[in-house]
Amino acid sequence: MPTNQGSVEQTCFFSCKRNKTQMGSCCYIPSPSSSHLLATDFFSWGFKSSKLPFLQKRRFDRSQRASKICGYYGLRTPPYKLDALEPYMSLKTLEIHWGGHHRNYVEGLNKQLEKNDILYGFTMDELVKVTYNNGNPLPEFNNAAQVWNHDFFWESMQPGGGDMPKLGVLQQIEKDFGSFTNFREKFVEAALTLFGSGWVWLVLKKEERRLAVIKTSNSTCPLVWDDIPIISLDMWEHAYYLDYKNDKGKYVNVFMNHLVSWNVAMARMARAEAFVNLGEPKIPIA
Amino acid sequence: MAFRPLLSRTLGLTQTLTHSHSHTLTQLRGLQTFSLPDLSYDYGALEPAISGEIMQLHHQKHHQAYITNYNKALEQLQDAVAKGDSSSVVKLQSAIKFNGGGHINHSIFWKNLTPVSEGGGEPPHGSLGWAIDTHFGSMEALVQKISAEGAALQGSGWVWLGLDKESKKLVVDTTANQDPLVTKGANLVPLLGIDVWEHAYYLQYKNVRPDYLKNIWKVINWKYASQVYEKECP
Repeated sequence: MPTNQGSVEQTCFFSCKRNKTQMGSCCYIPSPSSSHLLATDFFSWGFKSSKLPFLQKRRFDRSQRASKICGYYGLRTPPYKLDALEPYMSLKTLEIHWGGHHRNYVEGLNKQLEKNDILYGFTMDELVKVTYNNGNPLPEFNNAAQVWNHDFFWESMQPGGGDMPKLGVLQQIEKDFGSFTNFREKFVEAALTLFGSGWVWLVLKKEERRLAVIKTSNSTCPLVWDDIPIISLDMWEHAYYLDYKNDKGKYVNVFMNHLVSWNVAMARMARAEAFVNLGEPKIPIA
Repeated sequence: MAFRPLLSRTLGLTQTLTHSHSHTLTQLRGLQTFSLPDLSYDYGALEPAISGEIMQLHHQKHHQAYITNYNKALEQLQDAVAKGDSSSVVKLQSAIKFNGGGHINHSIFWKNLTPVSEGGGEPPHGSLGWAIDTHFGSMEALVQKISAEGAALQGSGWVWLGLDKESKKLVVDTTANQDPLVTKGANLVPLLGIDVWEHAYYLQYKNVRPDYLKNIWKVINWKYASQVYEKECP
């Protein structure tokens, strides 16, 4: 990877904490006024990665003959056909929610990124955290977070979903909520008491090392607090209005009974356990 | 409505009445409760700018829900105040702000709309029209500004044309969720509010909020806005 070692450390602000499995090579070429990204070929498909087919070298000579950066994030398709969630979530909703809203967030994000190369080259997770800027979100945050949130949401559902979790996830839920029924009640209650637009999440809290139900407003995502989301439910009106009009209760119950993918939750928990030690080692007291 | 006291008598449910039915009871306790105001036009009268289906749902379901929950929160607040339960008093504030705000905002909204046949869309003449030209240059510029701010609002909220009582200046502002305009400035009086929550337009315009904002001007009741303006700036 051709880098100008000495200057990389100084000019690049974000380079070092890359998630190794997801990023290809990136280097910075310092120039008089600003730092730029040059990426050699990279094509990464991580668990939650962005799709960046190629980035062209951007010239910054004083004549402003800069060629446009063509890197961008792509709109991921849900892991099922758009009509696969019928009759619980209609094809029409998927078409407009994914094809309209989600697509607009992606395109909006790419447009914003055209103007701001310092945000280039992140995975979606990283971009969300960076643009959150510790509570003073940058203008790109809204689009970035909503892209992430919707990717996560489509994957949190499956045709023939619902029912109950098994094995480790069920055990952890029972440990942290008492029973699955109790968890379900809490989740539904959170969804119904959310004021305005937002999301409801089952997250694994890193510090407390336990599962919790939380609700967030607008585009906020628990990644910014370093929690690990396991399941999410979109409570923006556009998510349910065409199918259920104002009947939020019905929508939430249908989600719990027929849509939520506990398989995905298991996979996410398994990955989360690489970052959170859930089991207390049993240390015998002499 | 006549059936409510009848219901409370025949069922003998003095304590377990839902709030809308305990109207007579709570009046005795000195708590003012609220009920859904009627529209002065039919649900379908604003077509094609806003569909009858949306108007009916918006009025009968959404606004009614805000009122029901507002009344409930007020009753709980009254209890908490009487008992001196400060933590409940404080905990109820968000429910009151949200549901009370929803009631306030929607009550204004229904008056901000009127069918074309009743003058909907007709620009204001008189002092409000003059004030708009002075502050914004022209009606078109104002409409542009409000539509742009409404379209740019993230999440749910309202976009307002307000009057600052103190400085007598017109302002365009937005509020989030159901916050009334007064949360943006104690001197602000709402002249015109447009609901940009998705429930206000989704069934008809889907995700194209700008189209909703373009079309709603055809049914805006400038007469009401002028009345409010003239009351504050005689």
